[in-house]
Amino acid sequence: MSGAKQQLQAAWAICGKDLRAEFRTRYALSAIGLFALTTLTVVSFAVGPLFLEADLLSALLWVILFFAAMAGLSRTFVHEEEARTAPALRLAAPPVAVYLGKGLFNLVLLLLLEALIVPLFIAMMGLRVGNPGLFLLVLLLGDAGLAGVTTIVAAMVAQASARGALFTVLSFPLLLPLLIQCIEGARAALAGQSTATAAASLGVLVAYAVATGTASVMLFPAIWTEM
Amino acid sequence: MHRLVLQGIGKRYGRLRALQGVEAQVESGEVLVVAGRNGSGKSTLLRIIAGLTRPSSGTVLLYENGRILPPEERRCRIGLVAVDVALYGELSAWENLAFLARVRGRPLSPMEAQQLLASVGLAGREDDLVSTYSSGMRQRLKYACALLHQPPVLLLDEPSANLDAAGAQMVERILAQQRERGLVVLATNDPREVAWGDRVIRLGEESL
Amino acid sequence: MVWKRWADVGKWVLGGWMVAVLLGAFLLDARRLGTLGQGARIIFFHIPTAWVTVLALAVSSVYSIRYLVWRGQADDRHAVHSAGLGILFCLLATVTGSIFARITWGAFWNWDPRETTIFVLLLFYAAYFALRAAVSDEETRAALSAAYNVLGLVVVPFLVFVAPRLPGLAGLHPEPIVNVRGELDMDPWALLVFLAALAGFTGIYLWTFHLANRIGLAEQRLNVLEERDGRPVDR
Repeated sequence: MSGAKQQLQAAWAICGKDLRAEFRTRYALSAIGLFALTTLTVVSFAVGPLFLEADLLSALLWVILFFAAMAGLSRTFVHEEEARTAPALRLAAPPVAVYLGKGLFNLVLLLLLEALIVPLFIAMMGLRVGNPGLFLLVLLLGDAGLAGVTTIVAAMVAQASARGALFTVLSFPLLLPLLIQCIEGARAALAGQSTATAAASLGVLVAYAVATGTASVMLFPAIWTEM
Repeated sequence: MHRLVLQGIGKRYGRLRALQGVEAQVESGEVLVVAGRNGSGKSTLLRIIAGLTRPSSGTVLLYENGRILPPEERRCRIGLVAVDVALYGELSAWENLAFLARVRGRPLSPMEAQQLLASVGLAGREDDLVSTYSSGMRQRLKYACALLHQPPVLLLDEPSANLDAAGAQMVERILAQQRERGLVVLATNDPREVAWGDRVIRLGEESL
Repeated sequence: MVWKRWADVGKWVLGGWMVAVLLGAFLLDARRLGTLGQGARIIFFHIPTAWVTVLALAVSSVYSIRYLVWRGQADDRHAVHSAGLGILFCLLATVTGSIFARITWGAFWNWDPRETTIFVLLLFYAAYFALRAAVSDEETRAALSAAYNVLGLVVVPFLVFVAPRLPGLAGLHPEPIVNVRGELDMDPWALLVFLAALAGFTGIYLWTFHLANRIGLAEQRLNVLEERDGRPVDR
């Protein structure tokens, strides 16, 4: 009964539902946004008049993005369990559609976060972005990997009891290779390297997103259904 | 024509045994009542039938015209109403219905949705957020959500919970309609509801 | 039960073997290990423990995959036991490596690519056990941790591939064994002790894994008995 087209439609519906609910309550957006703003302010204040190299700045940016993600990306699943709506969703939706739909939702959250934080970061740190195209590409590809992994980890955390720090604890080891590569990519973009030279870095980001995404799609039904 | 068969269903949570050796059969046109005290495992059994919980032992088989349905297809044939299965409070009644319908691959037109809501006594309240609903209204909406895909198998956990007398009548009407379409499994400890059953199994009274 | 016979006899052989390894490790002339001095003896412990870490984690992943496919409770037990041993050997590898780093380069930790990799592995398995501790239902716990284990497996190649790209430090790890030309470049006696240590530590892992599984199986049988009789068994 669930062809690929229907699964995608269901995923789209799930993403849409989450977005609609999110815009009404703005819970995750506030958590993520406020966290990121606070962190950014602290960093900017601490750094002050110091001149920082591109290396450190790119690392700082991704640290802020990572922890902001940790503040809000688990909500999509945790809220379903806490509000007791998860069983209805389990019964109504094909499992893969749930993963894709909520993964897409988390991706949108990340994009909104970056739309807010990245320009602010560039302005407050007085950055010169050597290769904006590459910078954007690294952000987008990094987001894909970030969304893919955090979504499946969120599904795991939602079924555990001591949820607080568990999401970060579980996500970090999986995301570290991605973060390292994103920091490296951002550094190259700030320094003005050409996109062609950075192709290897971009390749790793794509490979990471594809590998973890595929694995997640295959693993998701095992952790979502029939517990 | 549908037939639901429960074979040796058992469920353990660690050392605690919630269910043991449950056997039952129901066919289209029939109502199976699962009776027992609080904590006897009625809700657990319903969840196992729905495919939400994995049994520790035993099997659930759903036959459609003699063919056994795999779990993915079974999911599409089931509607569940339970007190601890909630609806999306941030969405309106209409949005809840539309969402669940789309996700099941059977989009609802606004007119169909209105008819459905009217049949559960919620006409005119479709645009209100469910968080503003009373518990009785939520229960009615749960029926609408469970029935929107016309499932041959309807699972009801405490059917009249939170419902007034008019609501209870609605339940009886729904049961009658469901008999024509398929079968019902109903969990309750209300003797009046137990009387609705063509078959009754009692939990929590087996000797170990 | 064939394993049991092997283990009961094997443990004596293993014990003797490891005594020989220890003697070799400390009695061997340190100059045979190159110019790194007495501290170089650590390779007889650091590299085997690092290798066993990887082995244990690979074995754990295999059992996790088996669990996800067949949902056999034994597979979940095996996965956990191997992961536990993995984390133990990982700690050993990290500590021995850190000691060597202090002696040779003056600092306990440098974020050298391999140090980073082993540290992240440590974090990953700590997270694995944190996940298991946070889930009360047996089957849910097994399924979630198995899935997490497999995710880790998918991510490890990226770790190995990406860690060397950390800006700043180039790799500090010396190459006393396989040099630039890719040849085995070690003194024959040192090589002998090294390979013996490698085999010995692997043997320790296999034996401990076997023991842990036997205990796990016995626990499981006791649980079944307790349930059947309805009263606790005196352990």
